[in-house]
Amino acid sequence: MDLWYNEAHTQSVKFAIKVDKQLYSGESEFQRIDVFESEEFGRFLTLDGYMMLTERDEFIYHEMIVHVPMAVHPDVRKVLVIGAGDGGAIRELTRYATIESIDFVEIDEMVVEVCKKFLPQTACAFEDPRVHPYYQDGLKFIRKHVNEYDLIIVDSTDPFGPGEGLFTKEFYGNCFKALKEDGIMVNQHESPFYSEDAIAMKRAHKRIVESFAISRVYQAHIPTYPSGHWLFGFASKKYHPVKDLKADKWNALGLKTDYYNTNLHKGAFCLPNYVQEMLRDVE
Amino acid sequence: MTRLSQEKAPILEALEEFKRMRLVPFDVPGHKRGRGNRELTDFLGEKCLTVDVNSMKQLDNLCHPVGAIKAAEELAAEAFGANHAFFIVNGTTAAVQAMILTACKRGDKIILPRNVHRSVINALIICGAIPVYINPQLKDELGISLGMRLADVQEAIMANPDAKAVLVNNPTYYGICSNLKAICELAHSHNMLVLVDEAHGTHFYFGEDMPIAGMAAGADMASVSMHKSGGSLTQSSFLLCGARVNSQYVRQIVNLTQTTSGSYLLLSSLDISRRNLSLHGKEIFKYVTGLVEYARQEINQIGDYYAYSREIINGDSVYDFDFTKLSVNTLETGLAGIEVYDVLRDEYDIQIEFGDLGNILAYVSVGDNYKNIERLIGALSEIRRLYKRDKSGMLRHEYIPPKVMMTPQEGFYGEKEQVAIDESAGRICSEFVMCYPPGIPILAPGEEITADIIEYIKYAKEKGSFLTGPEDMEVRKLNVLKGGC
Repeated sequence: MDLWYNEAHTQSVKFAIKVDKQLYSGESEFQRIDVFESEEFGRFLTLDGYMMLTERDEFIYHEMIVHVPMAVHPDVRKVLVIGAGDGGAIRELTRYATIESIDFVEIDEMVVEVCKKFLPQTACAFEDPRVHPYYQDGLKFIRKHVNEYDLIIVDSTDPFGPGEGLFTKEFYGNCFKALKEDGIMVNQHESPFYSEDAIAMKRAHKRIVESFAISRVYQAHIPTYPSGHWLFGFASKKYHPVKDLKADKWNALGLKTDYYNTNLHKGAFCLPNYVQEMLRDVE
Repeated sequence: MTRLSQEKAPILEALEEFKRMRLVPFDVPGHKRGRGNRELTDFLGEKCLTVDVNSMKQLDNLCHPVGAIKAAEELAAEAFGANHAFFIVNGTTAAVQAMILTACKRGDKIILPRNVHRSVINALIICGAIPVYINPQLKDELGISLGMRLADVQEAIMANPDAKAVLVNNPTYYGICSNLKAICELAHSHNMLVLVDEAHGTHFYFGEDMPIAGMAAGADMASVSMHKSGGSLTQSSFLLCGARVNSQYVRQIVNLTQTTSGSYLLLSSLDISRRNLSLHGKEIFKYVTGLVEYARQEINQIGDYYAYSREIINGDSVYDFDFTKLSVNTLETGLAGIEVYDVLRDEYDIQIEFGDLGNILAYVSVGDNYKNIERLIGALSEIRRLYKRDKSGMLRHEYIPPKVMMTPQEGFYGEKEQVAIDESAGRICSEFVMCYPPGIPILAPGEEITADIIEYIKYAKEKGSFLTGPEDMEVRKLNVLKGGC
């Protein structure tokens, strides 16, 4: 059988994975949800046809969005995760015994249900007693919280479709308000490479810079995302992402990771010249 | 004659039939279905250009409808409960003009609230009628103008028994309705026509539990901006007539100024939208009401903002309220509405309908969803957190009664000179001064300029309102009639 999943990364660039079989297809109130099985990438989840994660490379994304802020903030007790219906970020967070509570806000409950059933590799920690799910709009949830969280992780889809509101100034401003005085916000920050993605990336950065005193960007290599070159935002009220890295303390936790380490942490904030320029343009 | 069902859309159907005929066009427009203007076709789309055509036998003629347009007019009249409906493609402004030109000739009086749209006074310039303004009451806490009190209308009618018509906003920009039914009864008992500006009231005809619509209240003519809450293309409207006016005469009036090349894009958009509202209006406006009620509740929880609704109804100057309007008073945040309007656009990429000195209005329609409503609420909450300031010293919107010294026509066409605004007190203005938003006249041609008015203009300018009308775009000078007053 010759069945392929295709995703247009630009109007003239296409990415394809050979599919062994389709495990699930459904339509929620918000989007179309599909799960496929492939030889090279294992199972993978798409929303409205866009690649969200594969079993093979999700560790890169989830380790980078969680361990970077966790190695900087000295005392994370209360965390808010917005988006992330696949559960990968929550899986990584629950590895920290010091975290007391994880509020988890996802607009589409069906994504969580589908992931629990078909992607147990990531959706494995929802039953942890510290995890409190809220199925609602992230922007609405955050509006009603003040000075409450040590860490907010914005694990959003792209800035079109249901995730659109999570790339706005009003959202970042409300996150600032919901964080404690030494809080950190980390977000999925799009890619600098293809021009459409770069526009969204710059826009997000501009909006975050307007709200946070410290706003830095770091990178990772994610093979199944457009261009493979992906960015994360690190916005903070007090801690610098590199100067305040507590490498020894983090290493002493003895967490086994496949991508993240504290040396890579420092390197991830060293960006290519063209990316630095794009960021400077909007700062 | 067989009655067509509201499920039909005669203009749409005629255009579809026309496309199937594949006529060779040796008539205007010269772009010939877009082939002669590739750039425009690429931008607007081929589907759009192929129906940008001229009137012809199959497609009827807007100036003298006998076929598809006539059938569509009849369906529209039925849908709105009118005796006759005209398709208007020159904007609701043209519909308002037609109402006034139908009711008044030079020297005739017309009773109207001061918070009329500029198009109403423009129509007075054209026809030479004399305005008798009624003070739209002000709600001080909100800084908005309201509807007309019935007693004020009665007083104006008694003082001007020769007036030909009463014009009513149903509703105002802010959603305020006067007691239209009682005004109709009162005016009719004095042989006056009732003209209704329903630029913001299309949904009254289709939604449930809405304020009463013009035709249902017994009004004689109504101008309905179908392109606002009705969903048709910008510049398309309906002019509705009741039984007391001669629709053939109205047709002649409409044809005085309306284009003879009526756009089929606009005409079909009216036809399609009328069908949609007839068939689905109830659900559509129920959905919109749900969105607005939710937004209002959430905005009122933020603090300082006041999203008002039916609680301001007082049985007279606020006889009813259009609860689909999301009007929010901003005064307690220490910010003028216009400032919130600007910050929303410049900082949050949110464009709302207007901001005046104390209020903003977000226009919510069937095209909206909860996601966007959350953005608006989230942004308002952030604006309060970041920009809130002491509200002391904030001047509020005020009603300055106009001193009408002559007809707008005489004021407009009289011999004029330009003077500095500070030296204009006591002179007669020969031009408009409008404060945009909300587009209600501060001065109209033929009115005396007073010290209060000068102060208000300066204040509105300072607060960032967009002042239009005067020849001097900066409004440092005003055109006044020569020779003082």
